[in-house]
Amino acid sequence: MRVPLSWLAEYVDIVLPVEELAQRLTDAGLEVADIVKGGEWQNVFVGQVMELRPHPNADRLTLATVELGGERWTVVCGAPNVAVGQKVPFAKEGATLIDPRTGQPTTLRRAVIRGVESAGMICSERELGISDDHSGIMVLPPDAPVGVPLSRYLGETVLEFEIRPNRPDALSILGIAREVAALTGQSVREPPLDYPEAGPPVQGRATVQIAAPDLCPRYVAALVEGVSIGPSPEWMQRRLTAAGLRPINNVVDITNYVMLEMGQPLHAFDFHKLVGGRIEVRRARQGERLLLLDGTEARLTPEMLVIADEERPVAIAGVMGGANSEVDESTAVVLLESANFHGPSVRRTAQSLKLRTEASHRFEKGLSRFLPLPAARRALRLMAELCGGSVAQGVIDLFPGKQKEVRVTVSRQRLARVLGIDLHPSQVRQTLGALGFSTRWTPPDTYVVRVPYWRTDIRIADDVAEELARISGYDRLPVRPLSGPIPPPEPSPLRELRERVRDALAAIGLQEVINYPLSDYDTLASVLSEEELRAHPPLRLANPMSRELEYLRTTLRAGLLRTLARNQRVRPSAVSLYEVGRVFLSRPDDLPREVEMAAIIMAGPKPGRWGQPSEEAIDFFDAKACLESLFLRLGLTADFLPGEHPAFLPGRLAVVQVAGQSAGLLGQLHPRLVSRFEANGEVYYGELDLEALLPHVPALRRYRPVSRFPPVREDLAVVVDEGVPAARARAIIEEVPLVARAELFDVYTGPPVPPGKKSLAFALSFQALDHTPTDDEVARARSLIVQRLRERLGAVLRG
Amino acid sequence: MMSSIAEELESIDREARAALAEATEEGQLESWWQQYLGRRGRLTQVLRSLPSLPLEERRQVGARANALKEALQTAYEERRAHLERVRLAREVAQAQLDVSLPGRPLPVGRLHPITQTLRDILACFQSMGFQVVEGPEVEWDYYNFEALLIPKDHPARDMWATLWVDYERDGERPMLLRTHTSPNQVRYMERHQPPIRIVSPGRCYRYEATDPTHEWMLTQVEVLAVDEGISMADLKGTLADFARRIFGAERQVRFRCEYYPFVEPGMDVLIDCFQCRGEGCRTCGYTGWIEILGSGMVHPQILANVGYDPERYTGFAAGLGVERIAMLRHGIDDIRLFYQNDLRFLEQF
Repeated sequence: MRVPLSWLAEYVDIVLPVEELAQRLTDAGLEVADIVKGGEWQNVFVGQVMELRPHPNADRLTLATVELGGERWTVVCGAPNVAVGQKVPFAKEGATLIDPRTGQPTTLRRAVIRGVESAGMICSERELGISDDHSGIMVLPPDAPVGVPLSRYLGETVLEFEIRPNRPDALSILGIAREVAALTGQSVREPPLDYPEAGPPVQGRATVQIAAPDLCPRYVAALVEGVSIGPSPEWMQRRLTAAGLRPINNVVDITNYVMLEMGQPLHAFDFHKLVGGRIEVRRARQGERLLLLDGTEARLTPEMLVIADEERPVAIAGVMGGANSEVDESTAVVLLESANFHGPSVRRTAQSLKLRTEASHRFEKGLSRFLPLPAARRALRLMAELCGGSVAQGVIDLFPGKQKEVRVTVSRQRLARVLGIDLHPSQVRQTLGALGFSTRWTPPDTYVVRVPYWRTDIRIADDVAEELARISGYDRLPVRPLSGPIPPPEPSPLRELRERVRDALAAIGLQEVINYPLSDYDTLASVLSEEELRAHPPLRLANPMSRELEYLRTTLRAGLLRTLARNQRVRPSAVSLYEVGRVFLSRPDDLPREVEMAAIIMAGPKPGRWGQPSEEAIDFFDAKACLESLFLRLGLTADFLPGEHPAFLPGRLAVVQVAGQSAGLLGQLHPRLVSRFEANGEVYYGELDLEALLPHVPALRRYRPVSRFPPVREDLAVVVDEGVPAARARAIIEEVPLVARAELFDVYTGPPVPPGKKSLAFALSFQALDHTPTDDEVARARSLIVQRLRERLGAVLRG
Repeated sequence: MMSSIAEELESIDREARAALAEATEEGQLESWWQQYLGRRGRLTQVLRSLPSLPLEERRQVGARANALKEALQTAYEERRAHLERVRLAREVAQAQLDVSLPGRPLPVGRLHPITQTLRDILACFQSMGFQVVEGPEVEWDYYNFEALLIPKDHPARDMWATLWVDYERDGERPMLLRTHTSPNQVRYMERHQPPIRIVSPGRCYRYEATDPTHEWMLTQVEVLAVDEGISMADLKGTLADFARRIFGAERQVRFRCEYYPFVEPGMDVLIDCFQCRGEGCRTCGYTGWIEILGSGMVHPQILANVGYDPERYTGFAAGLGVERIAMLRHGIDDIRLFYQNDLRFLEQF
């Protein structure tokens, strides 16, 4: 909402500097996003385009000769909309303009453009800082005086408001004026609404029927006869231009002017184009179409509300008028519409037609049902004044959705409870009064507050509390630290585990990354097995921002692999990353199951002596060490069993089991995937389902006594089939009493070990709590180990 | 006879001292000792021959030989001490390193800067007695909008451009990626009774084109306190405390009116710009003030909807953008850096 300061000043005295006023308004909830000071255009003038010639060296450029009142300049112009006769803003050398690319102010200098010298330029609205429009040059109204500084013609300070959706009343200059008045202790000058009713009565000439009262609570119509269509007066055109609207003709300009002034969208029909002189407000019929004022054709559906005559729709209610009833030069009788439409319906219609207009923007927020009549009266007064017409006696006013005025009962105690301060009744009454509320104080403790008709957002006592707070200033409310009882803590074990895993993986030396959870289908499918895809088909978005961001991830694999590849391009040494995040497993007719996963990925040469990459690359056991270290920190024991998955290299995948349950994967990603993601080298990836781990993570660990007696250490080497997992041999050894630990220190194949066999060498520690093991005890334990390994694994003691 | 022994002593004296001066290593010292003072050493032999000498001569030669033995022993000790000093000096000289060479690299893992900032924020509220609870990222329209008093076709829906899940029920799309963490307010209150003090962090998603200040994935923290007697004063106190703990004890804090459909009154919190100290710079958009979060008093209708008596209980809620706070604290000028995951960026934190 653009509010020219001089227009605002018509309704309220501006007693503060504009910056301070803007801050007060912003603090009170009406955000002034920008203050545009038009008066600062130096060396920019109103010019007229006199002649256009093609640029000798460039097809898209023209040479424009611009008259500046006694002097003529020829400059290079690239705008598609430049035309002879236009009044345009012309900048001479030295003017400060906004660079349309950077948005920063720059000084215009003489330049040679494709071999032709250009000593000035015709400006776009963006270059002048008026708006973001850079599609072409700005075209001024035809009556703009040639040669005068633009600042004198357009010079106007404009406040740009970002009005929140609860305040449609502030989408009007009068509404802003009411706020200014309340904030600065001034009073509002309401615009005059009276007009001479010189024409015959409206009743009997035009008829209005509301067939859909649920979507049209009120419809006010009036006739103005004998209008002569022409340009509106310069002052009105300038105000409209400064507020960002394009002047069209006097009738249309008045409807727009009153919309900006009072916030009520109006529409003017050419009465003679309405078949039967009749307005029907009804739902559209299936298949109806309407050519709109902007030249597009709308296909209407029965959910949409239209204004129709006897035969056909002539406007989409609250959105845009139709071309078939447009006011043009030949119009003699105008039917003015000032209505109230159901906000959600207007919003749905505008959205489905992709037509967000000034009117729909206001209606969708729920305008006051009491606004149509004063707004119609205001427009009729201006039409009588400016269009040479005579206004018919009376208006048609159908009000099926008539409401009572809103009264809110507010207790003094409630205000204190919300605001934290007990306000004196006189202050309450004064502040509310300044905003147009009237307040009746009923001792001992109650106010009855009558809400002014334009404030559709005030319904409950707390709304009134906000009014009091924002007008006197939030900064003036008391501040105190939070006190009161602290609720008893509730455990959140999964979250705690997740954060421990984050810390542990960082401590192990991996970098945390956070990837987007959206991906394209093919990328997701490339890292999933068919069973995984079938069990949890990825959820699709209905309105993805792009094809790459269409499906919710069911795995962390793709995101990590992509991030690894991206970093490998700029980092020759090892890249080791982890992510802890959710995957989304779809369920029928319910929200997806969101599973907390942790995953690691690592690849590349290990660091060498002085940080140079070494010859040695990260391998499976480096990745496994990360998970093992994590498990140690968590107090978990895990088994790594051979597994198969299409995303991994066959023979290089372990299924991670905790307490016999699968809890994750660890392996080398398939080279096919590595090259698909444009990563390099052997890439190792592991993932853990934190929910699967959670039940096995000890909350507190039990103490085990430490022996005071030294262990006896011995080595043991056995030969087993190559397929026997070393972890099984170790588990068998560690089951034997007296064995404290069995550490694998060598795996050997080759002569003299027979083909198909391997030698496993363990360092054994024998230890007892209450004595040093005797040679005899150790020998017995050792032979028990050998016996069990032979029985269970077919192991032979290596001689 | 006498003179030959005396001569022998003189020659031992001369030769032993010369040899000792030439010994430079432990081994040479050792054999010198063997040669002169050891069991078969020359001086030992002289001393052993003394008893066979006549008394007079024995006295004279004996005194001389014993004196020589003492002298040589002393010389030996001195030489040894000298050589030890030389050896140490040599070792010390050799021990010198270029201490400016880098240490052997250990892998350094780090938390993502958003994780770090989020933890600081949560720790701040936890120290005030707030508990951390979480909710789903894929949410029902009901919790994300309707329960927060934003019904279908409400214009406030424009404040959160929404990504919808492709799932229809009864002709409607009821499932979405949550656009904020506020749904957790309702989810938590549905299952708990006051007093309530929670913070609820999590990722949120918006249909948004990315640029240096916009990202479609963001991390929010929802703050909610409900109890008897909670007012705007508590809200202001809690958030001012938070702002100073995160941005510095000297920060000035301001409050202003803002609209969120699920609070009444609604409030934004601003701090004075720590870049320019209020002078006006790019960080604060030349206003001197930086908006850090949105908040307000929980709308009484929401309390009533979850079964609380809104006349008895009041509450406040706030929502913080973690990326924005991280950008302000670390001077990061492009929000997209967080999820590009470039190690050259991540390793700075």
